Amino acid sequence: MADLKVSLSGWELDNPVIPASGTFGYGREFAELYDINVLGTFSFKGTTLNARFGNPTPRIAETPGGMINAVGMQNPGVDKVVTEELPRLARCFHKKVIANVGGFSVQEYADACARLNGQEQIGLFEINVSCPNVHDGCMTFGTDPFAAAAVTKAVKAVTSKPVYVKLTPNVTDIVSIARACEDAGADGISLINTLLGMRIDLRRRKPVISNVMGGFSGSAILPVALRMVWQVYEAVKIPVIGMGGVSSARDVIEMMLAGATAVEVGSANLTDPWACPKIIAELPQVMGQLGISSLRDIIGGAHA
Amino acid sequence: MKEAVFTLLRQARLARDVWRMELSGDVSAITVPGQFVEIALDGFFLRRPISVCDCGNGELSLIYKVVGQGTQVMSCLESGASLNLLTGLGNGFSLAKSGCSPLLIGGGVGVPPLYFLARCLLKAGAVPTIVLGFNTAAEVFFSEEFRALGIRVIVCTADGTAGQRGLVTDVLPVGSSFVYACGPLPMLRALDRTLPCSAMAEFSMEERMGCGFGACMGCSIMTKGGARRVCKDGPVFPRESLLWE
Repeated sequence: MADLKVSLSGWELDNPVIPASGTFGYGREFAELYDINVLGTFSFKGTTLNARFGNPTPRIAETPGGMINAVGMQNPGVDKVVTEELPRLARCFHKKVIANVGGFSVQEYADACARLNGQEQIGLFEINVSCPNVHDGCMTFGTDPFAAAAVTKAVKAVTSKPVYVKLTPNVTDIVSIARACEDAGADGISLINTLLGMRIDLRRRKPVISNVMGGFSGSAILPVALRMVWQVYEAVKIPVIGMGGVSSARDVIEMMLAGATAVEVGSANLTDPWACPKIIAELPQVMGQLGISSLRDIIGGAHA
Repeated sequence: MKEAVFTLLRQARLARDVWRMELSGDVSAITVPGQFVEIALDGFFLRRPISVCDCGNGELSLIYKVVGQGTQVMSCLESGASLNLLTGLGNGFSLAKSGCSPLLIGGGVGVPPLYFLARCLLKAGAVPTIVLGFNTAAEVFFSEEFRALGIRVIVCTADGTAGQRGLVTDVLPVGSSFVYACGPLPMLRALDRTLPCSAMAEFSMEERMGCGFGACMGCSIMTKGGARRVCKDGPVFPRESLLWE
């Protein structure tokens, strides 16, 4: 019997497959399609203290093996998440969820997390210091070790739940940022957010996306994500949630061998809404082929 | 929403850059005119959203314009090809609001979903009139198919090479019970300005989409009721809910 269980800071998940923030809303759309309780858990839509509409359209561009988005953290704001989304989610999802939180100042991160801290449905916080699509915020915190540490400390001070910091790959040295977060008390690291990219419309001779640049995701970025998970796993002692271009059970196993304790699946949900249940169903068979009896045993298994 | 594999029965060019593909497969999730499907294409990451032109008896008719590499590849697919589709996406038009003499207004590739709508309205006992707007004669398609339904058809082209010269807003007949419109944003904006304030209408909106089923927030528009996803909350919106900046 293949053992798919993994654990994040004491929270045991039935399997390591987690739909990534921004590709799964607050679960509702997918709960119409399948029983989302088959998931390890999921990371809900990046939520900020106040409601945000996000960027003007077009927000989406395509690229070989991936896509670029500049949604800009559209979300209903933390109060509506607490009063509407979480109660609605409780009806169809009986596991704890990952709360993905964004912000524009250290205080804003702390205030949003403080508001969410009392929610029993939340298993851990995933602090997004890495959204490439909002000006003067978010990614700024993830590109500077001191700022990332300041956000981590401020959030840790207001919550009793584990705090994972979600890092941007758009930096020269991801290891120094990961270490700064660990030193500031982070319980885990989540990576990678999207790579900054753009496309140009040849007929209009203008950027496809109204915000000019956006976050590049999809299967094309898997090698970059793997490399960074590998580097961060070597540098920190806290658990790593790996993500970036994962779309199959084999990708999940590769990510875990690189050092991920759990694995998020992002853009694959957008092109195949059943991507995650398919991966979960596929895992035992692929584990069998590879002689893996317990996923827990292979975390970081490719390191010497 | 359903995922299903469809077989391409036949495909033909209808006008400049405009193609129709007819497919067979499970159409049970398509319940209302104005919905769309999303087609997965080998070699392309995102699916292509295409409005439903007609459907019934296990067959689906789609009309699309070749605007980029994906639609170019679609136009080269041959009969017998298998295509993975997500079907039954979007809300569709409200048939119940039509009254007995609804007006349908389509511009360019906004025309196709109005065919299924016209058929459903006729079946429900209404007598629709349709206005079809195109840039030029080479782009005109489906005017005969609408005439074959036995309804009044008004064709106009911006350059006057087919039908009446002018935009759809120049040729609108008076006295309709309800307006259904689908076309490019400038056309819908002009319609909103031209139609009497009292005219009840539904507009089918278009935005570049990511997923097509409400997960990614890629196609959000701001409406009077707040942010709405064109793919999931739309594509059809009541006229009075829309904002035109």
